[in-house]
Amino acid sequence: MSEIKTVAVIGAGVMGASIAAHAANAGAQVLLLDIVKPGANNRNAIAEGAIEGLKKMDPAPLMGSRAIRNIKPGNVEDDLAAAGQCDWIVEAVIERLDIKQALYTKLDSVRKPGSVVSSNTSTIPLAELTAGLPESFTRDFCITHFFNPPRYMRLLEIVGGSAAPFAALQKFADEKLGKTVINCNDTPGFIANRIGTYWIQTAVVLAIELGLEVEEADAVMGKPMGFPSTGIFGLMDLVGIDLGPHVNASLARLLPKSDAFHAMNRADAMIPALIAQGYTGNKGKGGFYRSTRGPDGKRAKLALKLAEAATGQLDWRPAVKPDIPLVKEARKDLKKLLASDSKYGAYAWGVLGRVLAYTASLVPEIATDIADIDAAMRLGYTWKFGPFELIDKLGADWVAANLARLNLEIPPILQKLGKGSFYRPDATGALEQFTIAGGYAPIKRPAGILVLEDIKRVQKPLLGNKAASVWDLGDGVLCFENHAIAPDGQPRRMLDGDVLGILEKAMALVAKSHKALVLYNDDPREMPNNVNFSQGANLVSAMMAISIRLWGKIESSIKDGQKLYTAMRYAPFPIVGAPVGRALGGGCEMLMHCSAVQAYAESYIGLVEVGVGLIPGWGGCASLLTRWQYDKNMPKGPMPAVAKVFEIVSQATVSRSAAEAIELKFLSPTDGITMNRDRLLADAKARALAMAANYTPPETLPLTLPGPSGRVALSMAVEGFHKRGIATDHDVTVSGALAEVLSGGPNADHLTPVSESEVMDLERGAFMSLIRTKESQARIKSILTTGKPLRN
Amino acid sequence: MTNVVIAGYARSAFTPAKKGSLARVRPDEMAAEVVRALVASTGVKPEDIEDIIVGCSFPEGEQGFNVARMIGFLADMPLSAAGTTVNRFCGSSMTSIHIAAGAIQMNAGEVFLCVGVESMSRVPMGGFNPMPSPKLYAAKPDAYMGMGDTAENVAQRWQITRAEQEAFALASHQKATAAQNDGRLTAEIVPITSGKASIAKDECVRADASLEGLAGLKPAFNKEGTVTAGTSSPLTDGASAVLVCSEDYAVKHGLPMLARIKSIAVAGCAPDIMGIGPVGASRKALARAGISSKDLDVIELNEAFASQALACIRDLELDPAKVNFDGGAIALGHPLGATGARITGKAAAVLKREGGKYALATQCIGGGQGIATVLEAI
Repeated sequence: MSEIKTVAVIGAGVMGASIAAHAANAGAQVLLLDIVKPGANNRNAIAEGAIEGLKKMDPAPLMGSRAIRNIKPGNVEDDLAAAGQCDWIVEAVIERLDIKQALYTKLDSVRKPGSVVSSNTSTIPLAELTAGLPESFTRDFCITHFFNPPRYMRLLEIVGGSAAPFAALQKFADEKLGKTVINCNDTPGFIANRIGTYWIQTAVVLAIELGLEVEEADAVMGKPMGFPSTGIFGLMDLVGIDLGPHVNASLARLLPKSDAFHAMNRADAMIPALIAQGYTGNKGKGGFYRSTRGPDGKRAKLALKLAEAATGQLDWRPAVKPDIPLVKEARKDLKKLLASDSKYGAYAWGVLGRVLAYTASLVPEIATDIADIDAAMRLGYTWKFGPFELIDKLGADWVAANLARLNLEIPPILQKLGKGSFYRPDATGALEQFTIAGGYAPIKRPAGILVLEDIKRVQKPLLGNKAASVWDLGDGVLCFENHAIAPDGQPRRMLDGDVLGILEKAMALVAKSHKALVLYNDDPREMPNNVNFSQGANLVSAMMAISIRLWGKIESSIKDGQKLYTAMRYAPFPIVGAPVGRALGGGCEMLMHCSAVQAYAESYIGLVEVGVGLIPGWGGCASLLTRWQYDKNMPKGPMPAVAKVFEIVSQATVSRSAAEAIELKFLSPTDGITMNRDRLLADAKARALAMAANYTPPETLPLTLPGPSGRVALSMAVEGFHKRGIATDHDVTVSGALAEVLSGGPNADHLTPVSESEVMDLERGAFMSLIRTKESQARIKSILTTGKPLRN
Repeated sequence: MTNVVIAGYARSAFTPAKKGSLARVRPDEMAAEVVRALVASTGVKPEDIEDIIVGCSFPEGEQGFNVARMIGFLADMPLSAAGTTVNRFCGSSMTSIHIAAGAIQMNAGEVFLCVGVESMSRVPMGGFNPMPSPKLYAAKPDAYMGMGDTAENVAQRWQITRAEQEAFALASHQKATAAQNDGRLTAEIVPITSGKASIAKDECVRADASLEGLAGLKPAFNKEGTVTAGTSSPLTDGASAVLVCSEDYAVKHGLPMLARIKSIAVAGCAPDIMGIGPVGASRKALARAGISSKDLDVIELNEAFASQALACIRDLELDPAKVNFDGGAIALGHPLGATGARITGKAAAVLKREGGKYALATQCIGGGQGIATVLEAI
């Protein structure tokens, strides 16, 4: 089989259903099976309930509204033969060997030749799963270990699946499911859970031993080290406290007595007591943290009293925000925290030192490639840095020297490395990694993967300033990278003269001597919901201009933006936008003016200007109107597109995926979606090159707009929302200005076509009238100072 | 003068817009199924039909192309049966009946199919291209006032409390549930084909409605108001049809007569309290029939909103026990164009079932109107 098009998932629990959802996101036809509920009339009730449940899960497992149609429910009694016809069968049933093996035997008798079967087990070794089964089955069988939630966690550990029969599966997992596949050895916990479980256990045990409170432990064991900002206890609440004991028990059963895990797998009374009383974390009644209503009726956060809990007595107290100077300083100087004599220092190094030593000791048992281990921890546990990257940051010799403080032996690979580092640039600047043989080998990227960081290591930018740079991707394609940092230190990638000036120059450079331009920036160490393609126009500079009433300057910045974006659309060469994460406001408008967009599947795109009391002013209204009006599926007449755009923009709608962005028309149906984040830049470049041959810029499209009649219709709708208390007073003003633009202004009549540039003139006028209001200014100020929208 | 009778009544099930079983059924095809069934059940000779008069509030999209003519074709009516579409918003298909009655008395035909249809799933309220006059809106914004706002106005000016509205809504659901359970709705419902399914049950009725549940709803139109989704008729898909003919024709051909049309009327009122429209129209119709509201044995009063229905009952001094025997639009649903034919046909059928002399069917109309029909037992 060369390609996987159909997938059967057996077991419709949270993981099974979520895997089915993500396979559907990937475009596969999916059959989701579970048992027949005893006594049920509807034999598919469990699977149907699970599919229905997908719509309500948060974070959403499905991308867009259409993916769910790819999933069909069934049951294991009636539909196993149908599952047997699928290209890939994923088993995600309860973690019991007898049940799994019984299922495999049945599957083997019905499955079509060439199909592959995999288990999503996290606790049972491959050797046990396949014991006693015929070779005809086991040669097509492997473990595919997804991380929860499967749509969002990029790691897929595959065990025993690197041979030829699994080529199609590997390709599907990489290109369609968008996963970074790490082929693991058949060792307990594979890579990520082996290290991650040890990390969590050690962090819990030492927090109790050293007398830390949960908030203190989480403050230390979170951000300072690049671990998830929830810290350990917050993380356990998030993933479910009841999951730990199963994985722990399996590791305890399977790992040799000499393994360091056993020393940290202490049976305390706390976890069983929490689970027994329903405190399984956020999905239950709460866990280490709970929220409760105080006497004033407001929600208050409580934290578990850790020392008492260790004895099995559960009691909570009001949570506090710990004020630990060492933790604050750790951003700049992590070693100061790790070397400190305080209990925080003892905790920080006690956990981190043990985890780093443990990880280093597992090479080559769990993997020979240290980059694989780092990737597994980054992508499976959302660590910002993998363990070997952390060692490099601290210095391998420093780590080795300080292991003595913990009475730990120096693992052989660290001894070999000495004062060196696990990663280093080679003579050309390209990255290479330390090998178990004691030398260095280049880091090989799979075919079709282009990493901007790699390019930046070996190149100087063609153009650039502190906010943006232009890189040469080769083959005549340039990459415009927005790396602007907002004044609050956040990578908001906001748009202003600095950024757009470089874009303008990049366009001139392409026109002169290149073929195409790609707009791309990413923070690969962050989850996409923390990454910004661009959060839109720079409000800080806007606010400064407002404060000294530089209205002319503001208006000319709107004009300049419109001019630049128009130039993008009608440029004589293709410009391909390649967003990851948020593309909001002016960032969204930038994408809508590209010749094409190749978006990462996790792109969150929207025109959100009304949140700050403004309307899209860089052609967003005109572009979105054109897209909706030229959609052949829309009802005829001047109003449907106008009403639709009004609904989307007046509610500051942001897509929750690239697929949804197509439905909202922030992306066009011909734009592409890349599921694997690592492949986005290469895909965008390929698209740009494909377009560059025989490129012709698009034609201008006239709009049919209703004029004042349409304005009245929209105003009536807003008045209704205002009466219902959904729209605020200023919402009415902002929506009124938006309605004026979208309906084509006071002189429009649907018999006279309106050009996009005329709509842009209206945009500018409405924008300027709104920004002069004190209510819109208050909204801008609120976003800048509190980060929260003001509802005035 | 020629007497005019109602000689048959049928409708589709009424189902909630967008999420009900009829959401994916085209309204023209739905209405055609109802027409075909009504013609078959009454035994009227199709070639005698003068005209098919279809009421529809938003006659565009799948309800466009003079949908009456299309329904005639879809129902395999003879080419000689003409077709016209009329619009008086919620009063559209009662107007169809009035037009037929007038034509019969004018000697302009003997047999008419008076049909109503609305898919509120497939053609939105306001249509696909709402384009109100800016001039009129500036001078008289009430002309375009949302129906929910008018219901709030009536509640306020007639001092109808939220609790009264909820009690009324609950009673509507209870009556409709009882009618469903007793099979009293079965005869009038024509099963409609939707894909492989056959839809024959009203889906807006809530057998589990309760005062507690209703009290928990948020105001639907005004955060300070009293009208909720529970005390409003739901957006609904459905079709209805009534066979209207001269009494002589019905007798001659042995058609099953339900009631005689005694009088008809329409009347305008202020658009911001359009819900009170039935009062003016009913007073006129009752006066033309030479009777008073005390003489009525059966009343079908459309429940666009509980507030306006209660205000009309009060002003017209109607006996609540005689209003909407089998539940009203709050429970059954209100597919705008289809409601007039439903309540007129229903009034005729209930008058025959329950016995008595006179029935009234009346409803309010957006923009500020009322329409009323007085029926007489045969």
